Amino acid sequence: MINNAWLIPVFPAIAFLIIVFLTRRVQLLSALVGIVAIGTSFIMSIGVLREVLVNGISMENPVEYAFTWLGIPGYLKIEAGVLIDPLTAVMLFVVTLVAFLVNIYSVGYMHGEPGFSSFFSYLALFGASMLGLILANNYFMIFFFWELVGLCSYLLIGFYYHKHSAARAGLKAFVTNRVADFGFMLGFFILFAIFGTFNFRELATAIPNYQDTAFLAIAATLVFVGPIGKSAQFPLHVWLPDAMEGPTPVSALIHAATMVAAGVYLLARAFVLFASLPTVMLIVAYVGGFTAFFAATIAITQSDIKRILAYSTLSQLGYMVMAMGVGSMTAGMFHLMTHAFFKALLFLGAGSIIHALEEQDIFRMGGIYKDMKVTVSTFIIASLALCGVPPLAGFWSKDEILAGALNHGFTGLYVLGTVVAFLTSLYMFRLIFIAFFGKRRAGLHGHESPFTMTLPLLILAVLSIVSGFVGAPFVSHGFSSLVYYGEPHHVVPNYGVMGISVLVALAGIFVAWVLYGRPSDVPTKIKHRFPFIYNLLVNKYYIDEVYMWLFRRVILGVSYILNWHDRHVVDGIFDGVGRLTRASGHKLRYIQTGNLQTYALVIFSAVVIITLWIATPVFGGMLQ
Amino acid sequence: MITLNHYLALGGMLFCIGLYGALAKKNAIAILMGIELMLNAVNINLVAFNHYLEPSKVVGQVFAIFVIVVAAAEVAVGLALVLNIYRRRLESNVDDFNWLKW
Amino acid sequence: MNFPILTAIMLAPVFGLLIILAIPAREHLTIKITAAVSTFVSLVLAIYAYVKYDYANGGMQFLQDISWVPSFGINYSVGVDGISVPLVLLTAIVIFTGVFASWDMTNRVKEFFVFLLLLVAGVFGVFISRDLFFFYLFFEVAVIPMYLLIGVWGSTRKEYAAMKLTLYLLVGSALALIGIIALFLYAANQLGYPTFDIQTLATVNYDIGFQKFVFFLMLLGFGVLVPIWPFHLWSPDGHVAAPTAVSMLHAGVLMKLGGYGLIRAGVFLFPEGAKYWAPLIAVLCIVNVVYGAMIAMVQRDLKFVIGYSSVSHMGYVLLGIASLNVLSINGAVSQMFAHGIMTALFFTVVGNIYHKAHTREIARFGGLAHQMPRLASAFIIAGLGSLGLPGLNNFVSEFLIFMGSFTHQQAIFGGLITFRTLSILAISGIVITATYVLRVAMKTFFGPRKPEWDYLKDAHGVEMVPIAILVGTLILFGLLPSLQIDVINSGVAPLVAKIEAAKAIGGIF
Repeated sequence: MINNAWLIPVFPAIAFLIIVFLTRRVQLLSALVGIVAIGTSFIMSIGVLREVLVNGISMENPVEYAFTWLGIPGYLKIEAGVLIDPLTAVMLFVVTLVAFLVNIYSVGYMHGEPGFSSFFSYLALFGASMLGLILANNYFMIFFFWELVGLCSYLLIGFYYHKHSAARAGLKAFVTNRVADFGFMLGFFILFAIFGTFNFRELATAIPNYQDTAFLAIAATLVFVGPIGKSAQFPLHVWLPDAMEGPTPVSALIHAATMVAAGVYLLARAFVLFASLPTVMLIVAYVGGFTAFFAATIAITQSDIKRILAYSTLSQLGYMVMAMGVGSMTAGMFHLMTHAFFKALLFLGAGSIIHALEEQDIFRMGGIYKDMKVTVSTFIIASLALCGVPPLAGFWSKDEILAGALNHGFTGLYVLGTVVAFLTSLYMFRLIFIAFFGKRRAGLHGHESPFTMTLPLLILAVLSIVSGFVGAPFVSHGFSSLVYYGEPHHVVPNYGVMGISVLVALAGIFVAWVLYGRPSDVPTKIKHRFPFIYNLLVNKYYIDEVYMWLFRRVILGVSYILNWHDRHVVDGIFDGVGRLTRASGHKLRYIQTGNLQTYALVIFSAVVIITLWIATPVFGGMLQ
Repeated sequence: MITLNHYLALGGMLFCIGLYGALAKKNAIAILMGIELMLNAVNINLVAFNHYLEPSKVVGQVFAIFVIVVAAAEVAVGLALVLNIYRRRLESNVDDFNWLKW
Repeated sequence: MNFPILTAIMLAPVFGLLIILAIPAREHLTIKITAAVSTFVSLVLAIYAYVKYDYANGGMQFLQDISWVPSFGINYSVGVDGISVPLVLLTAIVIFTGVFASWDMTNRVKEFFVFLLLLVAGVFGVFISRDLFFFYLFFEVAVIPMYLLIGVWGSTRKEYAAMKLTLYLLVGSALALIGIIALFLYAANQLGYPTFDIQTLATVNYDIGFQKFVFFLMLLGFGVLVPIWPFHLWSPDGHVAAPTAVSMLHAGVLMKLGGYGLIRAGVFLFPEGAKYWAPLIAVLCIVNVVYGAMIAMVQRDLKFVIGYSSVSHMGYVLLGIASLNVLSINGAVSQMFAHGIMTALFFTVVGNIYHKAHTREIARFGGLAHQMPRLASAFIIAGLGSLGLPGLNNFVSEFLIFMGSFTHQQAIFGGLITFRTLSILAISGIVITATYVLRVAMKTFFGPRKPEWDYLKDAHGVEMVPIAILVGTLILFGLLPSLQIDVINSGVAPLVAKIEAAKAIGGIF
């Protein structure tokens, strides 16, 4: 199976072509093609995972095969290849599983949409690109698919292109990611300039022996800019909340579970580069930690259900990046996996609610738990998992990150992480209490979603409960003996950290109940007491405004000036030359008197002068 | 004894007369006549040079014949032009031939 | 002798032209079909030549020599190497699709296609000439029809644009002519016999001063065509004024004559001169890339956006040439090809919209994807190409140029910065490009449906031919770049070997 692993991204790619060229007009067939393709990939991923486990393929001895995609002998060799180690296998499993479920879910959710077939073609294209990204064995290839997933993200965010906001959000996502990719590209250019290869394993052996760490640190920092964009870390996070303009299954798949995690995956892939550079690791850790905190504070004040989840995603991605930064690659990847399940579940649940109510503002919902039992109960399970309530998935993974931060001596980040855990349960249960319980708003007619939508919810709910156990401390040969950097290690349970984080999570839920679980005017009071902080949070720290100002005033302003310069100064000079020629012509034409005999006289005089010049030595003539 | 110089002097005088006529006369026909005089002066020079310097060859004569032919063509074209202009404008004074002027 | 395939490629449009001359002017369809058939012959032959080109051996192939003016050493000698064969293919593709893009032409159809075919014969001639005299001759053949095509069949300020374009190009070619004559005389003096054969000229040792002087002339002469800043203004104005097919040829192919000439008659003959002037080219190309892209961002006319985007993209070609190494020059040639196809696609789409809507003002559009989904997709694919999305040809070229220039470590401005700094500035252009391309796509195609455009019909039938061919080419070479780069590299490798063998010489800065 491993030797055929390259087929995994090929199936969705073929599905994409089939949908675009053949089944476009038959909606359900398109969906079926997409589902079958990703399903096949999913089955193959299970096979790969099984073989990795059975055959003892580990991080040190992965399977790699490649062919030269583009080569210039002696100068450049770009491979298209497959690198399979446990990291790949786990990612493949997670991505194909979530993608498969989201595809099924979309049949119900997108039912009756005009762009139904294109939606499935984009999903298939995304699947192919994302799986290609995971399998990549070199920086070039990862970059190749990195851009392609960005494209799919752009297309899917702008899926409802008749809405200005959706089109603009797509543009914003693409351009923001472009900025990051610019850095990423420069980063691996430097690596290529130093080492002459893009291949991860060749780099892994070469990097530890390289002396000029300052230069290498620049490269690593630039490479990290890529994840800052793709995994939406501060300060390039602005695109992700706006990306919620896309259809909800897309938010679940791309903007929560898989694509945004690609940045974290890249960090894991390139971990050898970062691990040797403590300064860069510090940057990574603090960017991640800050994003986690920063996004969580915004989430508390938002009222759009998808935006709350988006900020929650930002915050959790921050956790993962922070885990990478403190050196716990295992914890970061573990959290990536569990987060993929419960965050996908949250989004799909939100999608189910939006589908039923056609409403996204949580303050206009309320009391819908009676109508949508499956959706609401799975949503709550996912929220508990996210908050880190034992024994759900999030508890184990988040705990490992916090313990990792503490063990590696980042006490500050540990405290920050714990605060974020508190904020997480606060904003999640604020959402739940406001939207699901409390008084029912008039005019809302909730109804449970169709089976195609609830089935994925149930499966993901099961996964949100159990997936944490693969990495739990009491499991021998768990996640940490599979995916690791350096030495495989066993997780030692840190009961202190566990206890505190559980307490904090429960405290968050309690505070949420106090504030929002029952009729209370405390939230309004707080709002009026601290208007500055409230406005800051509700307006997302005004970062969008700053960027818009930069773009509108500075960049466009300069562009207008340049345009004026081009049209008037540069063109003016050249037109001026033209005008000068014409003007001199206007003056010179007066020589043309029109008098025949004047011309004849001039000609004759010229002949005489030339003759004299040629004939007479006096004038320096030639006939001497 | 008539030497080359006599011929050259004749040619020179004829040329100057022709030049004067071409530059000073106002009538187009007179100008054409002046030009003919100049060409004939040249012919005299050519034939004279040939006779005195290279009597064995007839290059000068050949050239002179060419000049005569060209002159004939030129007169034909020139007269045709003058005639046409005269018909349209009832004018053969070159001072009024100024439509090409700016 | 073998079948003279290159001559046939060049003469096929000429035959078409002669046949069209014999067809009554009112037989529009017959004329168009004749033009399509003759360019199709060129296309098939060009594909054949491309496929049959033996890149393992490289060098000039499909040779043909006819003595023309022996006393001046002028021969009609043709042949292609790895650098010119993709460009011949590019020309064939663009003209073939261009004929289809002008399928709805109704005004003086006969004359239009006569001039169009004459123009393209000239362009083919430039790319296949191995003789500098014919190189120049064909170049001039290409310029004059352009004047008439824009001046007669153009739109917005067509007379002004046509005149401007012709003047710029003629001034450029006059400078190049001075260079060519100086080169000819110098070489004849050194060799003892006159020749215009480029290969022979390349064997002469020119002294450094001469190289600096003549390379500068070539840089100006061909730089105007590229177009290099500040001689770029003919290009946006020309693009905007020209009818669709001419815009396609103009941006798709004519600009490449500049890049090709700069490589062939500049870098190849005067490697030391190239080294001397490279920093200047690099600095100007940054201006091209960034300045062009920023100006493109604030244009109101769709064609102006594309016009300035061409200025910006051709800056990458210049960057590739200026970096003078294998990767970058491969990238530069590949970029010429990719940009030609991509921009032809842009112009097809915009021309189609303009023909139907009679306006190109971006602000008046919006939501066109509702009425014209195919054109919207084609525009976005072209846009993705221009911003360098992987999977499309442009990505490969830009990537190679970036890699090449990034690994070029020459210090300039007295060691103040290195070449790498310039290349980083140029790479930043990809961000600006993404911004303006997608902004234009958003403003034109996305947003709510506007009922005023409901009468617009999507591209269908014959109109889809150019779109399908161009998109297919972009994707083919984007996914399998080795089809292209292997060929190009066989031409670039000897060129770079010559550059590396040349004396090290400090740059102008």
